[in-house]
Amino acid sequence: MTSPKSVWDFLPFFLGGIPVTLEITFLAMAVAMPTAVILALGRKSPHALVRWPAGFVIEFFRGSSALVQLFWAFYVLPLLGLSLPPLVCGVLVLGLNEGSYMSEVVRAGLDGVPKGQREAAVALGLPARYRLFRIILPQALPLMVPPFGNELITMLKFTALVSLVTIQDLSFRASLIGDTLGENGPIFGLTIVVYFILALILGALVRLLERAVARWAGRQVPGVAAPHGAMLAAAPPSRVPAWALGGGG
Amino acid sequence: MSGFHWDWAFAWSIVPQLAQGVVVTVIATATGSALAFALGLIWTFVRIAQIRLVTPAVWFFVQFIRGTPLLIQLYFLFYVLPTWGLSVSALATGVIGLGLFFSAYAAEIYRAGIEDLPAGQWEAALTLGLPVRRVWTGIILPQAIRAVLPMLGNIVVNMFKQTALLSTITVLELLASGMAIGQMTYRFVEPLTLVGAFYFAVSYLAARALRALETRDDIRA
Amino acid sequence: MTSVPDASAALLQMRGVYKSYGERKILDRIDLDVQAREKVAIIGPSGSGKTTILRIAIGLVKPDAGTIRIDGAYLWHEETQAGLKPAGERHARKVRRAVGIVFQQFNLFPHMTAIENVREPLVHALGLSRAEGDARATDLLTQVGLKDHLTKHPAQLSGGQQQRVAIARSLALQPKIMLFDEVTSALDPELVGEVLRVVRDLAHASDMSMLIVTHEMAFAADIADRVLMFDQGQIVEEGPPAQVLKAPQNLRTRKFLRAVLER
Repeated sequence: MTSPKSVWDFLPFFLGGIPVTLEITFLAMAVAMPTAVILALGRKSPHALVRWPAGFVIEFFRGSSALVQLFWAFYVLPLLGLSLPPLVCGVLVLGLNEGSYMSEVVRAGLDGVPKGQREAAVALGLPARYRLFRIILPQALPLMVPPFGNELITMLKFTALVSLVTIQDLSFRASLIGDTLGENGPIFGLTIVVYFILALILGALVRLLERAVARWAGRQVPGVAAPHGAMLAAAPPSRVPAWALGGGG
Repeated sequence: MSGFHWDWAFAWSIVPQLAQGVVVTVIATATGSALAFALGLIWTFVRIAQIRLVTPAVWFFVQFIRGTPLLIQLYFLFYVLPTWGLSVSALATGVIGLGLFFSAYAAEIYRAGIEDLPAGQWEAALTLGLPVRRVWTGIILPQAIRAVLPMLGNIVVNMFKQTALLSTITVLELLASGMAIGQMTYRFVEPLTLVGAFYFAVSYLAARALRALETRDDIRA
Repeated sequence: MTSVPDASAALLQMRGVYKSYGERKILDRIDLDVQAREKVAIIGPSGSGKTTILRIAIGLVKPDAGTIRIDGAYLWHEETQAGLKPAGERHARKVRRAVGIVFQQFNLFPHMTAIENVREPLVHALGLSRAEGDARATDLLTQVGLKDHLTKHPAQLSGGQQQRVAIARSLALQPKIMLFDEVTSALDPELVGEVLRVVRDLAHASDMSMLIVTHEMAFAADIADRVLMFDQGQIVEEGPPAQVLKAPQNLRTRKFLRAVLER
């Protein structure tokens, strides 16, 4: 006669979902980042034949629901002859989707590099690829890291969707436990807390990365001041004057 | 390629059922947005008023909502609300979940809109002897909200896309309708493709419209 | 250097006003008085503290040290039987009523029409009804020559017109002393005249005291009873316009005027 089970009995199984969730998060980011760079460069290309497809891909992934895309990839693609394992489905859809949003971040980062840099490089006769990788990107990268960091957290939240296509991440295991116990409230409450803690940890790691990149940028690219203030500052002081606060309204 | 053929007759036949899903989607989007805007304003108000204990609690709550997956929040509400005595329909639960989730973003947008106002507005208000309440209701908020309308519009578009998640808590919106058809007829291609196309068409057009609005505002400024 | 003709009767009385931002001294123990009905002009280079002294006079900025008295009452202190007690925003609000200010950047409310801008303090600070507010606002806007522009939004008005609305709006509360913070510096040259005309008319027609920070030397010479030259947080010269502007005695004043007039 087995005693009634509680959430705590399933804790090991539940926590085993954390590595899966993190794995998907980072894998999807690994797809998203190059996607973002390729799409952003594509959008900036002087050739319309490159620009339009890039633009369309961006609009397509941004313009539809990630869940719909996921279901479509999972249920429809096999019927069209392309049977992808669930993990690949999830990582690809999340990566392409997020990558399309992030292409905007890359674009902003590239635009943030002073125009003079590119012009000077052209004037010096440096080839385009060298220009891009050794001059432009190193200056654009520090500007892109903080928003990329935010996207990492967003991706973490996104991964919950893959539980709906049979991937055994944190959310999937939570659903399973809830069904087994017949009681869903506590387990999902716990799940939310775990995601929040994961988000905090990732956030802290991202801030460390920001600092490291700022220092790297300051060292490797003479003449570009490491943008300390911009990146490391907390929210700028509020413009709302003291007299308007506290007991307002 | 396998021997798959798109069945136009079938695709046409499922449109009515999908349309019913669209109705639910639209209702969810509209009410969810209204809730998000209203709640967002409340969070902003609490933050401004700096009420002891309440303000930090609310701020933490908002951070919590922003930092966790919408899917899990929906699950949580779906299973927990009844145990708290709130036996509402799945759609209502979904609307509450969406409204809460996006209210966090709305609050941040309101905050940004307020911060963007020039300091001179505050100075003029102070030196004209206007009471604090009037400064907020008559001077600051009208300008701030007007300024961030495109961003609020973005929330509506995002919410529209996220209503798809309501399918996981038994709401028969568009995605759920598509999946139901697929599961009944074993034909997934037509319904899911139509569903995808619809989401894309609406989001894309809406995003274009919003961007046009933004540029028009920029030109006028 | 002080500027204290008749200490006891001064409408605006600033004593020992000191303000610094970190290492930089903006105002170095300034004593400044403005009598009832007196028009005082302040000139000087940027960074001399002349804008800060105005902002302190109306309580937008709190000095690090010193006192400000407006019409007898202390702006940041309450007078108790035990002496002076530091007071907060609520007290300052009451004292501040007697002072008005016109900003360099107008600071009109862009989402309101001209008449709504002027009506705003009438209804919400003075407590007039909307009808009374409208009537009074119409009078004020007519006074500054904008009778035909009542329902226009600031975006539809020229800089000079906007500044005149701002003047009308600040006049609504009938302050005893009006501060003018370089009110024509943000205007295109051809619009400066209409604003100066309004200020000049005010100077001649009303009993209001004025403290005017300006670069317009001819204008200052015309309407000021007294001119103060600020430099590096101190008053380096003061006296009637004939002296300070035409025959300055201080070297810094002379250098400044030469640089300005050479433009």
